[in-house]
Amino acid sequence: MIDKTVRTMAEAMDGIQDGSVVLLGGFGSVGQPDALIDGLIEQGAKDLVIVANNAGTGRIGLARLMELGRVRRIICSYPRSAGSVVFEELYRAGKLELEIVPQGTLAERMRAAGAGVGAFFTPTAHGTRLAEGKEVREINGRPHILEYALHGDVALVEAWCADRWGNLTYNKSGRNFNAVMATAARLTIAQAHHIVPLGELDPEAVVTPGIFVNRVVAVPPKGDNT
Amino acid sequence: MSSWTRAQMAARVADDIPEGWYVNLGIGMPTMVADHVPETREVIFHSENGVLGMGPAPEAGQEDPWLINAGKQLVTLRTGGAYVHHADSFAMIRGGHLDLCVLGAFEVAGSGDVANWATSENDTAPAVGGAMDLAAGAKRLWVMMEHTTKDGRPKLVRRCSYPLTAIGSVRRVYTNMAVLDVTGTGFAVVELAPGVTREALEAATDAELVFPA
Repeated sequence: MIDKTVRTMAEAMDGIQDGSVVLLGGFGSVGQPDALIDGLIEQGAKDLVIVANNAGTGRIGLARLMELGRVRRIICSYPRSAGSVVFEELYRAGKLELEIVPQGTLAERMRAAGAGVGAFFTPTAHGTRLAEGKEVREINGRPHILEYALHGDVALVEAWCADRWGNLTYNKSGRNFNAVMATAARLTIAQAHHIVPLGELDPEAVVTPGIFVNRVVAVPPKGDNT
Repeated sequence: MSSWTRAQMAARVADDIPEGWYVNLGIGMPTMVADHVPETREVIFHSENGVLGMGPAPEAGQEDPWLINAGKQLVTLRTGGAYVHHADSFAMIRGGHLDLCVLGAFEVAGSGDVANWATSENDTAPAVGGAMDLAAGAKRLWVMMEHTTKDGRPKLVRRCSYPLTAIGSVRRVYTNMAVLDVTGTGFAVVELAPGVTREALEAATDAELVFPA
């Protein structure tokens, strides 16, 4: 019997190596796998490359992981936002490498990774400083720049419902980067608000089929009664 | 000198959006445009974080923390709306499916170049978000911004001095002083705000202006 659910956070985090590229779902705080990030903090892997839309806020979650000196490099579209104090401190001190990627290019680079596409050409960012050093090719009369697939060693995602095969659904705008990141990593770990029996999820409504998911851990939402 | 208020600018932009368009409104001032599209006119608003058919802010007591827009404000979903993941949301943007994007900007050049994400070449960690995807991908890009900076420097320029978001992308600019079309070599004045003279507009603009004959 296939059962991807794990009982403990330690099991969920087992085997994450130093130097891993870790994809973190979420957009702002919505759809962010907070419990898994705490699990990663506890687990201890360091020298990490983090891929996320934002660079953390406050001193918890991703910001805490960075503050502990465990992140070497961050790849994101929107590092500065209200409360990104740890990012600011580390970046100014030269203790964090930063790669800024347009948000759609970031998503597409992971879709490419998940779909076995090595690289693609896009007009986004052509003529800007984010295109510096990148190959340019004119396609249908328009200049495009070359962007490479972005693979994760690990993806940490937040789902709404999951079953033991790893099929996932999401909640509203909490879907965001989670679904594409789940496809782009060798080891995808999902925290789910609800674990349901196999067969309960409507096959037409499964957003991430279990083939993309390796481990599922139940994390009931705080103060949620649904 | 009289000119349009921000609400009047938003209303002026909204007047030009016909029923049936799929529209992305940038963070900040452009977000106000949605409030000026009458509910009877079906315009479908898109938010980068995977919301198609975004509605206004929720009524008190109806807030759902799982439903935010790209500016991370709480929003609602209109009847008929849908949720998608980020790659599909940006396929809508990058694949040319949006009829319109309205962005704020620091500068727009007469060539249609736009700078809206970094305020200096020395800023090594500016936040680009989805601006470059929107500027390159939407069928039309309009900019909504004040005509000059707070200290009076023109934002409509011959050549952008800030780092570019996209080249040759902007079609139309709505400011507190005028509505202007990008010509490729400057700006063609479509409409002046009440009380704004031709001379005042010229003084506040560092680019070639063409006035209607």
